[in-house]
Amino acid sequence: MAEAVLHVYRGDAQGGGLKEYRVPLEEGMVVLDAIHHIQGHQAPDLAVRWNCKAAKCGSCSAEVNGRPKLMCKTRMDAYPAGEPIVVQPMKTFPIVKDLVTDVKWNYEVNKKIPPFTPKQNAEWRWKQEDIDRVQEFRKCIECFLCQDVCHVLRSHRRTDAFAGPRFLVRVAGLEMHPMDAGNRATFLKDEAGIGLCNITKCCTEVCPEDITITDNAIIPLKERVVDEHYDPLRKLFRLFAGKKEP
Amino acid sequence: MTDRFESHDVDVLVIGAGGAGLRAAIEASAQGARVGVVCKSLLGKAHTVMAEGGVAAALAHVDPRDSWKVHFKDTMLGGKMLNNWRMAQLHAQEAPDRVRELEHWGAVFDRTEDGRILQRNFGGHSSPRLAHVGDRTGLEMIRTLQDHGVHQGLEVYMECTVTKLLTQDRRVVGAFAYWRETGRFVTFRAKAVVLATGGVGKAYKITSNSWEYTGDGHALAMDAGAELIDMEFVQFHPTGMVWPPGVQGLLVTEAVRGEGGLLRNATGERFMERYDPKRMELSTRDMVARAIYTEVKEGRGSPHGGAFLDISHKPAEVVKKKLPSMYHQFMEFANIDITKGPMEVGPTVHYVMGGVRVDADTGAATVPGLFAAGESSGGMHGANRLGGNSLSDLLVFGRRAGAGAAAYAAKATAQAPLDPAQVAAAERELLAPFERSSGPDPYSVHRRLQDTMQSLVGIYRTEQDLKRGVEAIRQLRAETRTVRVEGSRAFNPGWHLARDLDNMLLVSEAIARCALQRKESRGAHARLDYPNLDPALGRVNSVAVREGDEVRVSQSPLPEMPEELRALVDAEPVAAKA
Repeated sequence: MAEAVLHVYRGDAQGGGLKEYRVPLEEGMVVLDAIHHIQGHQAPDLAVRWNCKAAKCGSCSAEVNGRPKLMCKTRMDAYPAGEPIVVQPMKTFPIVKDLVTDVKWNYEVNKKIPPFTPKQNAEWRWKQEDIDRVQEFRKCIECFLCQDVCHVLRSHRRTDAFAGPRFLVRVAGLEMHPMDAGNRATFLKDEAGIGLCNITKCCTEVCPEDITITDNAIIPLKERVVDEHYDPLRKLFRLFAGKKEP
Repeated sequence: MTDRFESHDVDVLVIGAGGAGLRAAIEASAQGARVGVVCKSLLGKAHTVMAEGGVAAALAHVDPRDSWKVHFKDTMLGGKMLNNWRMAQLHAQEAPDRVRELEHWGAVFDRTEDGRILQRNFGGHSSPRLAHVGDRTGLEMIRTLQDHGVHQGLEVYMECTVTKLLTQDRRVVGAFAYWRETGRFVTFRAKAVVLATGGVGKAYKITSNSWEYTGDGHALAMDAGAELIDMEFVQFHPTGMVWPPGVQGLLVTEAVRGEGGLLRNATGERFMERYDPKRMELSTRDMVARAIYTEVKEGRGSPHGGAFLDISHKPAEVVKKKLPSMYHQFMEFANIDITKGPMEVGPTVHYVMGGVRVDADTGAATVPGLFAAGESSGGMHGANRLGGNSLSDLLVFGRRAGAGAAAYAAKATAQAPLDPAQVAAAERELLAPFERSSGPDPYSVHRRLQDTMQSLVGIYRTEQDLKRGVEAIRQLRAETRTVRVEGSRAFNPGWHLARDLDNMLLVSEAIARCALQRKESRGAHARLDYPNLDPALGRVNSVAVREGDEVRVSQSPLPEMPEELRALVDAEPVAAKA
């Protein structure tokens, strides 16, 4: 039977390195199958997160040959036969052990987003085409690959100032919801740091759900922030209308 | 001595953060309780996220004739009349409100032409009844509950595994757990505990379930002295992927058939004609699973040992819009374009109907202080669950168990002290596998359990197989007390599995013993040696309890259904109940 060679990162916050494993290759095998084979037969303490094995839960995120991937939908036969496949943890988040990283920061960011605020006394009817866009954003499986690849977080380490693509997508889903009465423009500007995104679209490229993160979510939100905060006519109007700043 | 560990005090501790756990936590919190939620994975990754087809609720948006009464009748007939009638009633009556409530919390369901929540067909439902979002309804549900819950101030303990419920005079007063990341121990003192831990599919080799599905709540309840009911009823979903090997068992949503998908065998025949000519592909899951199994067994299977499921007669854009994840799943894993040709599918272990015996109205288990909801509880679905009735079950009974637990907790003035001896025993049990210098590794024991359950306690059962199954499980239970774990306590999946194995084995024994006891075929429980319904057994639940190391099974009479509800069901011809 053909064999695959994997170089898997083993280590923790104290350090570590790549370790070589050989596993029998099966038809249609994905990287997560290989990792499970290693766990079940060679390294029972190899740490990895996974749940659904069907690209629906977003748990098994890692970097395969340097690219952010869901291991459960990354086919072994996508890589040249005989060459080692390198599997490493996501680089943007602090390592816990082996392929497991500490992604708690994401959950803290999520808590800060002003929640869904339903309109009062409205009729809950809308056309399917009015929610196609929102449904695109709600496909997100929180794999955090977009967070991993985003250079604001990955290279510049601005977790203090930038919410990252995942949470801009969530805000877009709320802002464009036909029944939402909230306004998150100030949140986007001051807390989510949307201005730090310079639309290089790396997030869109790695999204396993094919969400058009930059074009459909981030750019319209940027426009909304500009309209609310930097449009001089609006500012004047608000002043005279006596409406308080958002 | 318990202060050696990190400890938390809550009013209500919810174990599990899928649909039932989150809905219970939200409700308990809304009633004013301080709520802690413990889950084995990251928040939002629970099994609910994999639910695809929809949530069943008689909204009557597509078929105005639908009502809770019809939903009740469909559920009882689908469950072969073994359901707890009160649960089936509450479920049918309350599901529409629970779905509308989700929408008011931000869920975005697909729409009808006139702008309301769209509903689709599913097996065993008389009308299009499943509110849905393409084929990712579970994701929509869990994200909505998760986001609603975090803004309500739930304390969430992620990647934390509960291994023991702690008791005082038989009353549940807390839990012992470990952090997966560090392996450090933690105790919880709680006035009430809600189990919402899902099922036990990982005891089987071919399953749609994730690693988390190890029967934790079932086992925790048994350890605490609670009763389980109807454990012999394990649902084989008719349509799992059969190829390639790495994805064998992966779910293919019933929505494929709901949207008009056709089942054929190798000769091209629509074989459901011979099994259930009236309902064909939209027959109940137990019937369709056995039909596919039989076709394969009799030599009419597809190349990889399944049946063909075909939706390619529908326009490609409709398939991609209504079944997007199925389209991608087959394209990426099997190189098959489902808009152009058929899928290959076969039965996969999907769900356990049996579970903790609960009071229908409050979710209270038979042990004080303990509550259960969702798949870890029993009774609602009888001998066979209808597709779509799980997501609605989670919402209806998650809410009820949360309210029940909060009301119970409100009567207690303070958390009870934990028993140091119980805590020390829980600690010793977890550390033992590290201290052994030799012994089998947990993965090999797990593989043998999966082979045993798959071949001896599977889709068709016999007395001889079940007896051998019980014997094999007993041996494996003895063997798990000798497993050895390598490495440190920091995020060590081998160690985690060693503990999960205890739960899987205990619950597997309960399944096998209940299956042995029920000498008839009903719903998901099919005996080759007893192929017919036995009306006398249609009036009893199977009961399983733990006594020392033994699993004892017995039978108890079904609660008596009131006349007005019986009339709803009896209007149906008797054959439909078989």
